[in-house]
Amino acid sequence: MSANPPASPPRTAEQMLREAITDPRELTRYLSYLDRIKSEGMGTSVMVAPLEAAINWARANSLWPLTFGLACCAIEMMAVGASRFDLDRFGAGAFRPTPRQADLMIVAGTVTHKMAPRVMRLYEQIPEPKFVMAMGACTIGGGPYVKHGYHVVKGIDRIVPVDIYVPGCPPRPEALLDALFKLQARIGSDRPLAARWSKRAENELTGSARP
Amino acid sequence: MTPQEIHARLTERFGDAIGPWTEPERGDPHIAVAPGSLHAVCAFLRDDPELKFDYLQLISGVDWTDRLSSVYHLMSLSHGHGVVLRVDLERGNPRVASVADLWPTADWHEREAWDLLGIVYEGHPGLRRILLPEDWEGHPLRKDYAAPAAYHGVTNA
Ligand code: SF4
Repeated sequence: MSANPPASPPRTAEQMLREAITDPRELTRYLSYLDRIKSEGMGTSVMVAPLEAAINWARANSLWPLTFGLACCAIEMMAVGASRFDLDRFGAGAFRPTPRQADLMIVAGTVTHKMAPRVMRLYEQIPEPKFVMAMGACTIGGGPYVKHGYHVVKGIDRIVPVDIYVPGCPPRPEALLDALFKLQARIGSDRPLAARWSKRAENELTGSARP
Repeated sequence: MTPQEIHARLTERFGDAIGPWTEPERGDPHIAVAPGSLHAVCAFLRDDPELKFDYLQLISGVDWTDRLSSVYHLMSLSHGHGVVLRVDLERGNPRVASVADLWPTADWHEREAWDLLGIVYEGHPGLRRILLPEDWEGHPLRKDYAAPAAYHGVTNA
């Protein structure tokens, strides 16, 4: 039996700030907050982080999928949600029966032309920010129905925007977990505030009304 | 009763409307029935105490490219015997009487055969599409069916 590799020491707040913030002036500012916190004796109980990083961390680790299975792929999705693979370990196990409480739509199964308007409506009912995972060959491009499936939408990116594709017929539960990790990593690089702030700065410069 | 005995009973009663006993190379042995007599034959099969076909297992449709068929798998739970009926219909105008008044099972099965093959069941209580959307064009299980290029703006190519 091999010994476990030695655990890497936890990173300090200063190290994390140096990694996350590239602008030297910004970094000086954050480090000065850190100094003040330390000088006031709160060094280990307070975390300093850029707001966007904190928002992304919260979003990526608390994805609420929509309970929504359309065909055979949904069986694998259910397996991922159940005890053996346990999606809940990664903060994405709170399956919601209503789109209004969900932010991740795992489209698992064959989307027919008859179902397409319902899929679109469910997508529209999910509040922002929302993410779509196309699970399985059917949702990616029609799958086994691509040639003779008169009734199948040949890829759900024809009706809703897709963030991540999971190939397979059906994909194994591990593949779905991998897609979740990739999506979480992608959310980590989002700039949820940047767009709004740059819009506001632009408006202030050009003198137009606030958004 | 064996299917052959049932065939003999039907021929005795309905004469020319009943075709010969058919045992195809593939598929179930069956009895061909003239479309005009189908409803009377079914009512007889259901109500005659010796036949007593109280259970309609399924109705299916077939496109032979030169004609359409509507096929009925019947069973008697009381006597434990079964029989298969087939009616051949003109491809251009496939019409046959509905048996939904005899066996309620026929309701959805006839709607499915209408939806996918375009067989018209006369006297059906509500012959609407059952699987495809209401505004779908054509009957997809016909051998000459061509899928639409797009449905409601979603392209198929
Ligand atoms: S991709 Fe395969 S397993 Fe998944 S819904 Fe389509 S046919 Fe079923």
